[in-house]
Amino acid sequence: MSRSVLTRGAFYAALAVAALVFLVPSFVRPAPAFWPWRQPIRLGLDLQGGTHLLYGVDIDQAVDNTVDRQMQDLERTLREEQIGAASVEREGRTVHLRLANKDKRAQVEALVKDRFPSLVAVPESDVEAGDLAYTLEPREVQRLRDNVQEQALKIIRNRIDQFGVAEPTVQAQGTDEIVVQLPGVQDPQRAKELIGRTALLEFKLVARAGDAGTPDHPGPNVHYLPGKSEKGRRASPVAVERRTLMTGDVLTDAFVSQGAATEGMVVDFVLDARGTKEFGEITSANVGRQLAIVLDGVVESAPVIETPITGGRGLIRGRFDFTEAQDLANVLRNGALPAPLKLIEERTVGPSLGKDSIRKGVLSFVVGSALVIVFMLVYYRGGGVIADGALLLNVLLLVGAFAAFGFTLSLPGIAGIVLTIGMAVDANVLILERIREELRLGKTARAAIEAGYERAWYAIRDSNVTTFCSGLILFQFGSGPVRGFAITLCLGILTSLATGVFGTRVVYDFLTSRRRLATVSV
Amino acid sequence: MKGDTSTMPTSRPVRGAAEPAPVEHRFFELIPPGTKIDFVGLRFKMLVLSWTLIAIGLAWAYARGINWGIDFAGGTMVHVKFAAPTPIGDVRAALSKPEIGEVLVQDVGRAGNEFQIRVRGAEKGGSGSVADAIRAALREKFGEGTHDVLRVETVGPRVGKDLGRSAALAVLAATLVMGVYIALRFELRFGIGAAIALVHDVLMTIGALAIAHMEFDLTTVAALLTVVGYSVHDTVIVSDRIRENMKKMRRESLATIMNISINETLSRTLITSGTAILVTAALFVLGGPVIHSFAFALLVGFIVGTYSSIYVASPVVLYLEGRQARR
Repeated sequence: MSRSVLTRGAFYAALAVAALVFLVPSFVRPAPAFWPWRQPIRLGLDLQGGTHLLYGVDIDQAVDNTVDRQMQDLERTLREEQIGAASVEREGRTVHLRLANKDKRAQVEALVKDRFPSLVAVPESDVEAGDLAYTLEPREVQRLRDNVQEQALKIIRNRIDQFGVAEPTVQAQGTDEIVVQLPGVQDPQRAKELIGRTALLEFKLVARAGDAGTPDHPGPNVHYLPGKSEKGRRASPVAVERRTLMTGDVLTDAFVSQGAATEGMVVDFVLDARGTKEFGEITSANVGRQLAIVLDGVVESAPVIETPITGGRGLIRGRFDFTEAQDLANVLRNGALPAPLKLIEERTVGPSLGKDSIRKGVLSFVVGSALVIVFMLVYYRGGGVIADGALLLNVLLLVGAFAAFGFTLSLPGIAGIVLTIGMAVDANVLILERIREELRLGKTARAAIEAGYERAWYAIRDSNVTTFCSGLILFQFGSGPVRGFAITLCLGILTSLATGVFGTRVVYDFLTSRRRLATVSV
Repeated sequence: MKGDTSTMPTSRPVRGAAEPAPVEHRFFELIPPGTKIDFVGLRFKMLVLSWTLIAIGLAWAYARGINWGIDFAGGTMVHVKFAAPTPIGDVRAALSKPEIGEVLVQDVGRAGNEFQIRVRGAEKGGSGSVADAIRAALREKFGEGTHDVLRVETVGPRVGKDLGRSAALAVLAATLVMGVYIALRFELRFGIGAAIALVHDVLMTIGALAIAHMEFDLTTVAALLTVVGYSVHDTVIVSDRIRENMKKMRRESLATIMNISINETLSRTLITSGTAILVTAALFVLGGPVIHSFAFALLVGFIVGTYSSIYVASPVVLYLEGRQARR
């Protein structure tokens, strides 16, 4: 026996053993403690049941928000520096400043250059001495675009980790999409509320009765925000001052605690050093007034400031039940989303359908492969036995690769395995038909085998390359389960070539090397 | 199959003999060697038949519309299964609510207890999604535990439109890649023939999907791409043989060579496609509702693909040859 046959045979034996090692945890549960591989094949949501959510990150809105924040900071800075601005307005992404005192123009320009490095001056078309216009620097916009998705991803990941689902996945997709997969979640309403909530916490003063105006004609620098609606009853809107005194980014922690008997659960929050100082100043200056705690544009509560709060702690009373309070504490802890999210796609598969799909997939696999195996046996006899052996090894390697590389097996993926069975024997058919042809020409068994493999190779190579290409295009095009199918298709071609062409060759080389083979059963 | 053993050596091979004695081979065969079907002669009839079928399919798709799945149409689909048979009217009644909008309820099970509820088009504004509203409405009317929500899919309409474009692009790109590959491996006219055969297969499959009113979703596109990749198999086999025979039979006309080549490779074309069709049939019959349209598209595509490598790809090559000769 030639050395090469031995080495190649050993190689395939090793592959088979490796595949078995990888597959044991998927079929024997739990796998024995000493087993070197622990990870079972990962099942897609369409097989194990669960929820798939696809969110779009509104990056333009994030840029707008940044312009807003810069504008508010600029307004505050001007006030602190005692530079009166007649108006500060935003138009698109440009901030227009009209100064009360035109002589301070140079001072303002220096101030912005110094303290607002991300703002650049825009030449005003309608030049009046007191007018200034600023916009975000293009580089800053680019930085935002690059970072917003990542930030949102991090925040959602933290929120989902604290939501309590086993093995959730939160992944970026493309430049502005985020995929959330929650195995086992059937009714994703709560999860969607948790993920989609911006969780922007703002503290604003409730307007004094005299300044408030009416909801249709609010007073200057006052706007009406909806109050938190209670079960069934809509609360009337609350007049608050436009100015945001503080935002939730100074929070370091938030947790649920039991409120007084009538108020349900409350959410306590803890501020960082800067927040403690700011909150102290705000509460000291406004004792006796109502401070509105605004979450995503809704006034959660508006307690009266009785004494200055300098301890860096506060609480939100919103008549929450426990889950609501828990989710609120969760989002506050993990910070506000830099941009609103839009739910683009929602797919939920119930566990019964998943189980049913697995059963039906396996059934079609068994029936499909039985048909092919029997056909090959009947039609090619000896050659069929070898081809069928290669086919079994092929399936073993293909499924083993799923376990080894951690690919996700979806229902289309199972269909891809079934399809691979039907396609894998193509190479054997081509080789065996060619061997038959050569035998008819009167060649010896050995020469016919030689020629069969050699001549069939071109057609085998070309047909597999084309299918592989369409698999790659499919992978590029698809997502989720369809990708699973594309992976199976491409992987199946590789394992089919390895087993159906090169693997069977080892067997024929072995047979022909032992003795002068006069007959070959094909 | 009596006496149909694999090989029957007529005499024992003599050790040391330079040439083994001639061996007569008997195989189990679908198509006996030496079969001579005049495929090339039939090509015009088949051309008319093919494109008439395609025209019927496409006209059907145009007139009756394609059954777009949620992936492409956008909207919401809820697949629900009741524990007991439930009148479809009750389900409709439960769902006639302003926040849900116009619903389409379809009885999909055989026992009258499985329904697909569809709401097409854009999401209505508001906090909750249509899917949540449907869930809530079903709970309200029938109560908890009486039904099982098997599947929910919601896709934004914008995504659907983008998806349609990229799906068409993917299928087109795959067709082109196949054509170019064949053109590089063989000759330009073989590439053109293969590409036209693929377009034929895809159009035929789409027509069949429309007539059978099968849902056209993402997995259907996956099926079409697979058909494109796999249909080339047969074309490769036939073209490979044509090329081989062109070297051997320099005197013969291309039409004759083609006929010989198709006949010679007929059994392997039928068997390779046959095994693929066999497993797809298993998927179609046993694979369940989720991949029903996927398996259907594969099944039709594979059958058509086998036919087209004989009756579409080769005639195109022949036609191009004729043009070249006239010039």
